[in-house]
Amino acid sequence: MKKNHLLLGVMTFLLSAALCACGGGKNAEESSAGAAQTDAGAQESGNTLSEGTPVPGGRLVFGMTQDLASLDPHIETDAGTRDVVFNLYEGLVKPASDGSFLPAVASDYVISDDAKVYTFTLRDGITFHDGTPVTIEDVKYSIDRYAEIQGESSAFSIVSEAVIVDEKTLEIHLKESYSELLPMMTLAIIPAANDDPAGTPVGTGPFRFVSYTPGQNLILEKYDGYWQEGLPSLDEVEFKFIADVDTAYMELQAGTIDILKYLTAAQAQTLSGDYQIVEGSMNLVHAMYLNSEYGPLSDARVRQALCYAVDRDAVNQFLFGGKSRIIGSHMIPAMSVYYEPEAAGVYTYDPQKARELLAEAGYPDGFDLTITVPSSYSQHVDTAQIIAEQLSQVGVRASISQVEWSSWLENVYQGGEFEATVIGFDGTLAPSDWLMKYTTGDTKNFMHYSNEEYDRVFEEAYASVDETVKAEKYKEAQMILARDAAAVYIEDPVNLVAVSRNFGGYTFYPTAAEDMSLIYQIGQ
Amino acid sequence: MKLIIRKLITLIITLLVISFLSFAAFSLIPGDAALTRLGQDATPQQLAALRAEMGLDDPLPERYADWLAGALRGDFGESYRYEGTTVASLLSQRLPVTVLLAVLSLIMITAVSLPLGIACARYSGKWLDILVNQLTQLAMAIPPFFLGMILTYVFGLTLRWFQPGDFTQPSEDLAACLSYLAFPALAVALPKIAMVVRFLRGSVLSEMGKDYVRTAFSKGNSENGVLYGHVLGNAMIPVVTFFAMVIAEILAGSIVVEQVFSVPGVGRLLISSISDRDYPVVQAIVLYVAAATVLINFAVDLLYQLLDPRVREA
Repeated sequence: MKKNHLLLGVMTFLLSAALCACGGGKNAEESSAGAAQTDAGAQESGNTLSEGTPVPGGRLVFGMTQDLASLDPHIETDAGTRDVVFNLYEGLVKPASDGSFLPAVASDYVISDDAKVYTFTLRDGITFHDGTPVTIEDVKYSIDRYAEIQGESSAFSIVSEAVIVDEKTLEIHLKESYSELLPMMTLAIIPAANDDPAGTPVGTGPFRFVSYTPGQNLILEKYDGYWQEGLPSLDEVEFKFIADVDTAYMELQAGTIDILKYLTAAQAQTLSGDYQIVEGSMNLVHAMYLNSEYGPLSDARVRQALCYAVDRDAVNQFLFGGKSRIIGSHMIPAMSVYYEPEAAGVYTYDPQKARELLAEAGYPDGFDLTITVPSSYSQHVDTAQIIAEQLSQVGVRASISQVEWSSWLENVYQGGEFEATVIGFDGTLAPSDWLMKYTTGDTKNFMHYSNEEYDRVFEEAYASVDETVKAEKYKEAQMILARDAAAVYIEDPVNLVAVSRNFGGYTFYPTAAEDMSLIYQIGQ
Repeated sequence: MKLIIRKLITLIITLLVISFLSFAAFSLIPGDAALTRLGQDATPQQLAALRAEMGLDDPLPERYADWLAGALRGDFGESYRYEGTTVASLLSQRLPVTVLLAVLSLIMITAVSLPLGIACARYSGKWLDILVNQLTQLAMAIPPFFLGMILTYVFGLTLRWFQPGDFTQPSEDLAACLSYLAFPALAVALPKIAMVVRFLRGSVLSEMGKDYVRTAFSKGNSENGVLYGHVLGNAMIPVVTFFAMVIAEILAGSIVVEQVFSVPGVGRLLISSISDRDYPVVQAIVLYVAAATVLINFAVDLLYQLLDPRVREA
């Protein structure tokens, strides 16, 4: 992969040199004009790209560098899959682009004061893609099925039961008070009568399933009976799977695909005027995660020293042209209600301070540290290389071990056998989903992190029903992680998306969602 | 007849050994299909349930026996990665594409390298030979993915003779499919053409120095008469062997070229199945590649008998 990139770089260089030689002054002008326009567009419309006159209809090809895990909405797990199935399925509520929740299959909901009973009213006249009306039994079936698949140990086990009150009303009873249930109620409502949800997906979303060819594409078409008037605008969407990022970029340049995300800063700069670059965020906590049980790292001073020794701005500058948001704890800025901005300022780049802390902790000559990274993600590998170089400045002898993704999952993530690893974590719109993995003994606490104060504050935040108190406690929890240096937090990486100038309406969400219903064709 | 039976037995033993080796190798490497499919957010219960469903908890010999029992009946099971999709249907989408690509590149290789190789030998030391020698050296030195990128850039992005990524399935429109495949086929063929040309040239030249050639000339044969009537038959024997290796390699699917040109062939499926730990698919592809290799070698043996009477007698 590395070699691949290097050679691509060399080739790009040679080609651009050739282009410049034969009259490229104009080229440069064009691309800088394009960039200025993009900036203006982005400022104007916040997180939505919009210009031109919308024309109904049209077909769009969306480039994906990973295939789907499954089309069964209740077992789907990775962010790439959730991005896509967002268009097929809807829950009782669905996320909006500002992080709030819109009623979807439900037309209304009421939360009891103690946050133990959630009452949902079924939307009148809503139908599945096969035209059959959604019944309250379908809703209960979906919730029960989801609960069963998620299992006893999942966060969803807080739901004790779903009770049908009448043919329009359903109550969800919780085992204890919990005010973060709405993000979970985005779980897909599917027909009870469909016995093959993965093979013949049926939902209530703006698009319906046409075909899926493993390793090649997923084709969706407009659902005419969609409950939101006037949506979607496009007739057909193809999600095309292209395993290799460089190939995907070539197909973008050739016009075979209309939208491609996760471009590198260099790719975004060299792209022609046929595309606009929109900037959003990847919604990831990108960090070097540490195993708190590994000898030197069990000492908070050593972990803090690592935080002082890593120049996050340099990483950001090198990999993302300085466009990413620097973070200091385990929460993304887009979760604005819960995000603690002060955490980002707890550490500044200070190698001297790092050396002092290391000496104080008994490691004046540093120590050995192996950083394990999944080799298929160049972003993580590159970050690890920069960090290793920076750590060597303070005497920490970091080496990088590149492993295959499957090995990473098994040994590092499931087995917890590692010293340090560079990875990005996503999460749902529920703040607990991000922060729970640091509580002592949590099944996802692969870092073996344990801090009594953190456990207490997290528990208070989790159980709190009052939104203000909850937000305050979660912010406090983030500050504990930052001060205790649970991990070396780096950034929420910028997501550079290339959108063909034939289309408008591309919208970023603070969670995994590529909303194709808002995209429209632009009239020429 | 005896030969055919002997070859068949060899084929079966080879396939058995290879399939067991690849099965065993897979159980040694870390990571499994359940984990890869469920990813970071899977709960231990979900993992345990999926592992049980896939039969990953069973001991290796038992799993191999199960697989073998199915394979003997022609049932390669379901893919672990793509729920509800049989291995047979995954392969049947991709095999025609890889075979078409292989046939196209073989036509290119044969059409260009045979005349060119002979011409180089005929006019060795002349300007044609020197020029081709330089070009073949270049073609062999360029790594395949880089060659693919250059071809994509030149023919796809600059000349717009084809649209990168806009592949059409052969079942939908054969002509459109072939006109797209011509470019990846070229990427596969170029380095092979270079190799065959050099090989053939060397082989012809070394034959030319032998005693029977002098005899042939002294009998009054013309240069062409000697070359085509006497030398070529002998010179072709090592070339045919080499050709067989090339064919087997191309039939296995050119992983790199399929990747660069987004051709949904067997090679790309093999790579993704290995990283997804999709054993049933990998096993089936390994079997296909092994069978293709053995069968082609068999065909070469038969061809030898046609080309060389000495083999027939032995």
